[in-house]
Amino acid sequence: MVTTEPRQDTMILNMGPQHPSTHGVLRLLVELEGETVIRLQPDIGYLHTGIEKTGERLKYQQVITLTDRMGYLDNMLDELAYVLAAEKLVGVDVPERVKWIRVLLAELERVSSHLVWLGTHALDLGAMSVFMYCFREREKILDIKENLSGVRMMTSFIRIGGLANDLTPEFEPMVREFIGYMRGRVDEYEELLTENPLWVERTKHTGVLLAEVAINMGCSGPTIRASGVPYDMRKRAPYSGYENFDFDVILGENGDVYDRFMCRIREMRQSLRIVEQAIDGLPEGPWRIDDRKIVPPPKDEIVQDMEALIHHFKLFTEGLKPPVGEVYQAIEGARGEMGYYLVSNGTGKPYRFHMRAPSFYNLQALPQMMHGGLIADLVAIVGSIDIVLGEVDR
Amino acid sequence: MTPEESAAALQERFPEAVLDVVHFRGEVSLLIRRDQIVDVAKFCHDDLTYTFLSDLSAVDWLDQRPRFDIVYHLTSLEYMIRLRLKVQTVEGQPVPSVTSVWGAANWAEREVYDLYGVEFSSHPDLRRILLPEGWVGHPMRKDFQQTQIALPRPKSDKWVE
Repeated sequence: MVTTEPRQDTMILNMGPQHPSTHGVLRLLVELEGETVIRLQPDIGYLHTGIEKTGERLKYQQVITLTDRMGYLDNMLDELAYVLAAEKLVGVDVPERVKWIRVLLAELERVSSHLVWLGTHALDLGAMSVFMYCFREREKILDIKENLSGVRMMTSFIRIGGLANDLTPEFEPMVREFIGYMRGRVDEYEELLTENPLWVERTKHTGVLLAEVAINMGCSGPTIRASGVPYDMRKRAPYSGYENFDFDVILGENGDVYDRFMCRIREMRQSLRIVEQAIDGLPEGPWRIDDRKIVPPPKDEIVQDMEALIHHFKLFTEGLKPPVGEVYQAIEGARGEMGYYLVSNGTGKPYRFHMRAPSFYNLQALPQMMHGGLIADLVAIVGSIDIVLGEVDR
Repeated sequence: MTPEESAAALQERFPEAVLDVVHFRGEVSLLIRRDQIVDVAKFCHDDLTYTFLSDLSAVDWLDQRPRFDIVYHLTSLEYMIRLRLKVQTVEGQPVPSVTSVWGAANWAEREVYDLYGVEFSSHPDLRRILLPEGWVGHPMRKDFQQTQIALPRPKSDKWVE
């Protein structure tokens, strides 16, 4: 895999694909001179499942289940990105209440994803207790999701034209309790890590990614914002009603591992702000559109009304049929620009279904962040870009 | 600036290279001549502020000639606008690589090569990325045989010391 001949005084080290600090199945080929990394080559594809190919065989509404499995730590964001792309292709707009609920869920999901990142990242660098705390908090978000959709992770809750169901009566008190609880917990993480000399020593000035390099390599999300580039689609190109919410875009200065850590920690607070605004101002109204060519009729109507039955039958056998064309819709995922490229040829199945995975491009910049660091820094850097291999390999 | 203005600027600068402009759902797609894609990409990057390559992928139109579309999604971080460029190619006809303009294209072009078998000329490291090296065929092609795939075998069945 390493294309040129190695030098005689260096060592080639194979890290992964099952190394615990690679957060999945990622193989890294490292050329070492003593403890210094002089060359690095990521080798991906161990989790390739051909999801894009599978997607071309499914109807538009069935593809949502696949998107859940790509970025499995922030699956509602994946669903949202796909559903927005599909809605753009079909040409429908959803009610205000749906938009607000989607934003609320997306931000909860962002917190949940950042919690997994913080826990595993801290674990890599030896802070075991943070891992326990983070997963304790994440469990509360999973409980909310379970209450809402019946499933803890692969929710498939956001649907084309609306949602799978209205909010449950327990949802609002659960979310309110979580916001209050979580604010204090973020302070706790900061107390544990932000000024911890061991943590700062390991992460400051490590894995520096310059802004120009980050842009050129297509990095996005906290990885590019830590380098000082204000690229946040929620603010710059609002979708799903983000223009109604008040929040700050968090930027770093140096683009090192510490800045990426700080960005995500502060982003969690901003996400909680958005969740609070969304739950306070949640508009009343329908939770899906009333177009029988796009969303199925209610079950009790199907058993009484012939026309409803036909609509249901047509929708599930033929699928919804968008016009011929292509769209690209991106949202700000937990890791960066999460985009879906859909090509329609007028049938009920996408002719081309492609996902722009933020982790794929962030991981590509790993050698640029490494340049001459120690092998121990490599673990910190891989942790700091927060990759999900299901998304990288698809 | 808007994507429409970018499209107009491109048409003015490269009258022969821009073959078609399509507007759909507020998005602008331009069909570019294959041999001029690098010049067009450079112009987009340097003069039209499209410094960010969001995505690079391909579409296989099995029955059409030319068969493959290579699709570039460009983003201008300055104006937060997107532009879609397209290049058409046939089997065995390499597309000039845009890695010299956007570093992000490196892995994306490798992925297209891996899954579609479209080659990119002057790419620094064109080899398979997601599939193992000995894999036969390109699975994202519409005519890919999806059953009875012969998996790549290890080089020797015997254990070699």
